[in-house]
Amino acid sequence: MKYDVVIIGAGVSGCAIARELSRYQLKIAVVEKEEDVCCGTSKANSGIVHAGFDAPSGSLMARLNVAGNEAMEELSRELDFSFRRNGSLVLLFDEEDRPKLEALYARGVENGVRELRIVEQEELRQLEPQVGPEAVAALYAPTGGIVCPFGLTIALAENACTNGVEFYFDSTVTDIRRKGDGWSVCTADDVFDTAFVVNAAGVYADVFHNMVSGTKLHITPRRGDYCLLDRTTEGFVKHTVFQLPGKQGKGVLVSPTVHGNTLLGPTAIDIEEKEGTNTTRQGLDELQAKAGRSVANLPMNQVITSFAGLRAHEDSGEFIIGEPEDAKGFVDCAGIESPGLSSAPAIGELVAGLIADRLHPLINENFCGSRKGILNPALLSKEERAELIRKKPAYGTMICRCEMVTEGEIVDAVTRPLGAKSLDGVKRRTRAGMGRCQSGFCSPRTMEIIARERGISMEEVTKAGGASRIICGISKDSL
Amino acid sequence: MKQYDIVIIGGGPAGLAAALAAREHGNCQVLILERDRELGGILNQCIHNGFGLHTFKEELTGPEYAARFIERVQEEKIPYALNTMVLDISAEKVITAMNREEGLFEIKARAIVLAMGCRERSRGALNIPGYRPAGIFSAGTAQRLVNMEGYLPGREVVILGSGDIGLIMARRMTLEGARVKAVAELMPYSGGLKRNIVQCLDDYGIPLKLSHTVVDIQGKERVTGVTIAQVDENRRPIPGTEEAYSCDTLLLSCGLIPENELSRGMGVEISPVTSGPVVNESLETSIPGVFACGNVLHVHDLVDFVSQEAASAGTHAAAYVKGLTEEEAAQRDPAEEQRAFPVKVQGGIRYTVPTMIRPDRMEEEQVIRFRVGDVYRNRYLSLYVNGRRLVHRKRQVMAPGEMEELKVKREQLKDCPLDTEILVTIEEES
Amino acid sequence: MEKRELICIGCPMGCRMTVTMEQGQVTQVSGNTCRRGDAYARREVTNPTRIVTSTVRVEGGILPVVSVKTREDIPKGKIFDCVKALQELVVEAPVRIGEVLLSDVAGTGVDIVATRACPQAV
Repeated sequence: MKYDVVIIGAGVSGCAIARELSRYQLKIAVVEKEEDVCCGTSKANSGIVHAGFDAPSGSLMARLNVAGNEAMEELSRELDFSFRRNGSLVLLFDEEDRPKLEALYARGVENGVRELRIVEQEELRQLEPQVGPEAVAALYAPTGGIVCPFGLTIALAENACTNGVEFYFDSTVTDIRRKGDGWSVCTADDVFDTAFVVNAAGVYADVFHNMVSGTKLHITPRRGDYCLLDRTTEGFVKHTVFQLPGKQGKGVLVSPTVHGNTLLGPTAIDIEEKEGTNTTRQGLDELQAKAGRSVANLPMNQVITSFAGLRAHEDSGEFIIGEPEDAKGFVDCAGIESPGLSSAPAIGELVAGLIADRLHPLINENFCGSRKGILNPALLSKEERAELIRKKPAYGTMICRCEMVTEGEIVDAVTRPLGAKSLDGVKRRTRAGMGRCQSGFCSPRTMEIIARERGISMEEVTKAGGASRIICGISKDSL
Repeated sequence: MKQYDIVIIGGGPAGLAAALAAREHGNCQVLILERDRELGGILNQCIHNGFGLHTFKEELTGPEYAARFIERVQEEKIPYALNTMVLDISAEKVITAMNREEGLFEIKARAIVLAMGCRERSRGALNIPGYRPAGIFSAGTAQRLVNMEGYLPGREVVILGSGDIGLIMARRMTLEGARVKAVAELMPYSGGLKRNIVQCLDDYGIPLKLSHTVVDIQGKERVTGVTIAQVDENRRPIPGTEEAYSCDTLLLSCGLIPENELSRGMGVEISPVTSGPVVNESLETSIPGVFACGNVLHVHDLVDFVSQEAASAGTHAAAYVKGLTEEEAAQRDPAEEQRAFPVKVQGGIRYTVPTMIRPDRMEEEQVIRFRVGDVYRNRYLSLYVNGRRLVHRKRQVMAPGEMEELKVKREQLKDCPLDTEILVTIEEES
Repeated sequence: MEKRELICIGCPMGCRMTVTMEQGQVTQVSGNTCRRGDAYARREVTNPTRIVTSTVRVEGGILPVVSVKTREDIPKGKIFDCVKALQELVVEAPVRIGEVLLSDVAGTGVDIVATRACPQAV
């Protein structure tokens, strides 16, 4: 199979790059080891669109963060995903640390973050009444935002797919070899011959880079544990509340999500295992203790789930984007840890631009940059909703009672381009199963819809692809 | 907008009994709204026996018990809508609901009976660390898959929590060909009924590990094992007591939570102890004309008592709709109407239903249901009115897993002053 | 004289009972609150029995299985023979509640009856 560009990894970076490249007349493949997009680092993170004051001035991180933040709003309208500028606060607990807060402010200004200012006690408590009693001041960044990481990644991928990008799932890249001026990218089933390879493989980006380059990279999976609180806590905090990195090390954040939940996290635990997404008792305890310092009276009895994600931390602590000297045509997009999600739109443009400069492709005249997300009937007026059910009765059958997701939305999620194949796929697209009962009631019914729409048996339905089957057999089959 | 005298939210055991009682006592226009495909609620998946000994004086399975009520609802021609989800209820009792046939519609009710039942506490709410593979089910989800759909959710099973559904599922999974390796219970006592430990665990040699919990879940795609550890008196795992169990399935039976999202939405006051509405003797919530019964009010052990409670809610809803006849109104003593006595708890009792009794509205005999917070042996349950002990009953064993009840008679509250307090407590000796 | 402590499974009350036996014969049952308890205790120490509930496959019904029970108690030792006998059984919809789906299961003389209706799928 011949391609112009093969992108390894269907996370937010890979999908953003694919969508930007689809503006050109190029044959593009995205090769992903999981069964769906957004299954690695992009899946489990804070969902924060950082303002851009964190990264060292002059760094690629700082530049792409600020640019990505600025682009996010328009992109969210174009691609119909949830994004909100809720503003962020970095809390100062100890006057001794004030110089650090001021340094952070100065760095933000230098990085080009707009509207940044330091707020004192009184204003802080007006902005965010629930901040903990120890907080004395905060850095306030009104441009900070929140996004649904699945919504963003899926939107980018769907739009890329609609514009001609081919996606290969369940395809683990096993080898990358020089072939002429280009490369052969091998999976168990296929060999992709391509002019350019984009290495957007998250925690595995060092493995692929080191296959082709003598200058080695080293990525440490940095685990972050999170707790998610029910939507009953909506409005508990309005802003994303960070802590100033202080004597007690890097703090955790407490933030609303775009869907009205409250999120606590992450811890930062360096591990070896690239699939080590297990939470630990220690991590969860640490998280609650730290979050409790930022925000008083956290309603921990409203926790509906906890999870862990892995940041792809490269030893340099910087995004590694570009071609290694000794591997032309191989474009790294490595070390994309926080603020990677915020930077994704800018990363997409940067990498696509870099490849376009080399390949000089023709413009794709048929490129359509807009995409409609899955219709959320709850946003319609009562009359419009009644009319929708008249036309499409599936929107009248409630499947997920906690998140109020109808059969119509689930069918849409399964049948649209790059549709969901598993319960988790449906969950990431529609939120069915993401609520307070954590799919206890709706999973048997969602499984039925997946089985029916995809023409498979109930036994073949998985939680997240691979061997994650939900049902083992039929009753009495092993008596 | 359609109007009904009484709209019942939920067609499970509580909703069915409330509807029948409302019809019987008020000849009211009643409508049942049910979100599932059939009436009967969770009873349809509870195919084990043990239901109905109080109500029908015979031992029935869940579906049989439900069928008795459904038949009567059909005989009485009480209308019901299936596959119908209530999206919202306003404080003015306007219900917004939805189904395939009628689309989105509104119904105005004069009275509402909340009977939405409960949900199971999930793995997330329990904060069990580890991976998040397939093969972790709440016991009720597994029950539905096995008993109504004929699937086997797993072959080697560990169960966390000894609630009744967990115990029942230990036996069901065993009889369907799975191997249940252990039931771990965080508390030093079981959360389920004693009979279920005998006939679901002991009969099949399944060990019940009290004061144990799951501290880790292994497996990236499907569960491959769990680690169980003993816990100390503060329910913290004791290092060094970890035991590995290889299994492909973890079932969770760790408590039920009343589903009161609709109640909260309309502004009904919710008890932080039961997670259900705060109600008076009529099972009426903080919003007049809105009643609650069954597991949405407080989690029950026995469906027979749900039916009793729901019949009472239905009867009171009918009385609310009918209002007083002129004669009755004339007979009412205005001073009497102001008498509303709080029911307080002490000495290890967690809550009561109701929390307030108005003597002029109560029936001849008022049942007060409650749970205790710990295991008590050879203690007395006592009921005081203004410091005077009216009930003093010995109980050999009381446990949080088993609901208790006491009764107070209208006669006993007749001449009590306005500031009367009713107290329910546990005492050591006579 | 031998004493055995039992928990009654006759109803959810779960009475704690003491059975006194002499030479294999029950001489006294105490702790029970009803006659069912007495009967259960006598049976449990001599020939324990249970009601078995399970499911049977249905063809053409609204559900793939229908719930069933043994109409009466069967000997405890026959429980697995009973469910094995149900393994092979397939019935056709419609099934009525109370319908006998299998007579004399596993040689116990007890019938398997449906505990719910399973109408035909439309």
